Amino acid sequence: MHDPTDQSEPAWPPYRYHGHPRWQSHAERWRHRHRGNGEPLRRDPEDRLVGGVAAGIANWRGFSPTTVRIVFVVVSLWGGWAVPLYFIAWLLIPAQNAEASIGSRARHDSRGVALAIALGSLLAVFLFLAGALNDTTVETYGWPQVLSVACLTLIWRNAPESEQSAMRRLVEPLESLAGGGAKRGHGTVLRLAGAAVLFVVGMGWLLASHASLALLRPLAAVLLIAAAIVLLLGPWWLRIARDLVLERQARARAEERADMASRVHDSVLQTLALIQRRADDPQQVVQLARAQERELRSWLFEGRAPGESDATSFAGGIREIQRDVEARHGVPVEVVTVGDCPLDDDLGALLAAAREATVNAAKWSGASVISLYAEVEPDQVEVAVRDRGKGFDPDAVPSDRKGLAESVHGRMTRHGGSVAVQSAVGEGTKVTLRMPRKAAPAGGAAAPAETAETAATARKTAGRNRR
Amino acid sequence: MSQPRVVLVDDHGLFRSGVRAELGQRVTVLGEADDVAPAIELIERVLPDVVLLDVHLPGGGGQAVIAAVKKEHPDVRFLALSASDAPEDVIAVIRAGARGYVTKTIAAADLADAIQRVASGDAVFSHRLAGFVLDAFAAAPSPADVKPSFDPELDQLTSREREVLRLIAQGYTYKETARELYISVKTVESHVSSVLRKLQLSSRHQLTRWAAERRLT
Repeated sequence: MHDPTDQSEPAWPPYRYHGHPRWQSHAERWRHRHRGNGEPLRRDPEDRLVGGVAAGIANWRGFSPTTVRIVFVVVSLWGGWAVPLYFIAWLLIPAQNAEASIGSRARHDSRGVALAIALGSLLAVFLFLAGALNDTTVETYGWPQVLSVACLTLIWRNAPESEQSAMRRLVEPLESLAGGGAKRGHGTVLRLAGAAVLFVVGMGWLLASHASLALLRPLAAVLLIAAAIVLLLGPWWLRIARDLVLERQARARAEERADMASRVHDSVLQTLALIQRRADDPQQVVQLARAQERELRSWLFEGRAPGESDATSFAGGIREIQRDVEARHGVPVEVVTVGDCPLDDDLGALLAAAREATVNAAKWSGASVISLYAEVEPDQVEVAVRDRGKGFDPDAVPSDRKGLAESVHGRMTRHGGSVAVQSAVGEGTKVTLRMPRKAAPAGGAAAPAETAETAATARKTAGRNRR
Repeated sequence: MSQPRVVLVDDHGLFRSGVRAELGQRVTVLGEADDVAPAIELIERVLPDVVLLDVHLPGGGGQAVIAAVKKEHPDVRFLALSASDAPEDVIAVIRAGARGYVTKTIAAADLADAIQRVASGDAVFSHRLAGFVLDAFAAAPSPADVKPSFDPELDQLTSREREVLRLIAQGYTYKETARELYISVKTVESHVSSVLRKLQLSSRHQLTRWAAERRLT
């Protein structure tokens, strides 16, 4: 599943060590000296129980990870310092495939450092109080943990997402204990009660075996002071917890922002750059601006990603005509659509005829803008293509001008539609195309209502995007 | 002096100065504002004939300005202006009381005409607004929808109004529309004004549902 050699080998080409010693940084030289299996010491987060330090050391020196772990546990039983050492290693040894260690990132996290110091000293206060019990266990195992707590805090705040998830898994049981009242079930209450009973019994036993009640006094004092600390610092802890939540939200927002930025970069910024470079060609500039405007609109208001085809509905087909004509002929097309419905053969023919009429207007009329109007009515669909260009005398069109005659007329009549051409020289042209709608099966009103609804949901998602 | 007195409300300084430069000769610009609160303050102080109002403003949108000013000064008229295509925004501003809506890509001369028209009490429909309105009133109301309000007249467009709107949606000017339908420009204007009134007052089920789908009230 995971092969550590394949990633790390190319990162450390041997010739750099031998051929150009002056280029080596101290770190590289250090790693070089300590090379066991030809790789620098790296943590192995893929094969970890906690931080992947043991697995990393095992890889590095060629032991079995299990051996390293057992040795570690034994050592940590013998003296408490093994645990903080482990955390320090976690902090300082970079993970495989990662450039920097967590520690190097933590250096810039001043809030995290402050938090680490605060939590460490908090634990120190506890230990100091507990020291009143004269227990040597606290001395041997407790004090090193001050360092552990500080390191853990830094790791928690600065570890990459993947490693944080591992830590979260470790913390989860605690969370469920302390978790909000909403989640607390019957079982948890029982468990808490049981734990409390056991705790009290255990304490009682401990005290009884000590036989002297003199121990009780410092213990009570410790408990009191602990309660005071909780009272004092409780709100602060809560704030820390809230900060963590806020941090997570901020990360989500940052991701959304990055997505937005990449889209804006892909489309808007590129177009703006193009526009600046073509500033001497007004027509090109207008064309670019129009194309960009269209794309943005369809993304913002209709929730469609740029480049996504929309030709599944009639209004979508009309917009496609707009896009193509503007792109190919450089004439702006103003589109207004009223209503929408799914496409069928007849409407496909209507779209083709409308496209032909629009292209015709773009090519021949000389108008600076073409308006394309489409209305879906219950019994028919109407498209009007209008320009304020040269116009022509409809009676004087030679029969070999195939555009209007064949593509538009022929197409429409074959599917049962009709064409009306209104034109006068100098006043522009208007081509009106009408196609009766097939008596839609039973739910004549249902189909448009359905598309209206999908359009509405699309707009709603678009609305969310905009926020 | 017959030049309309205008206030510009738009959060884009670049756009404001552009409009100001373009309109300089034909209207008197009394002032500019870039947000809801300063806009209300300015309008109530100078009482312009027409407020050129961006639909999208940071502090609550154009309709907040209209709602605040209309109460005290019903004779200040609003012309909505926007780069947006979202019907919900446009219709919301119209229903709040704007006398018309034009897109920001409008030519300077057309914009000046529109301001003049709004100042004289008429309504101004851009082709896009005409499309939205037709869409909103579209489709014969099904029997379930015929739940007439206090004034059933408000719930439907007459066929003449529909024709006028259709032509405007196709990019016809008022003059061209008048010629096409063999009526006077004044008649076109009165049709458009009555459509505007219906749009603002209608409680037509169809329209309210259309509005609800687009999160309007």
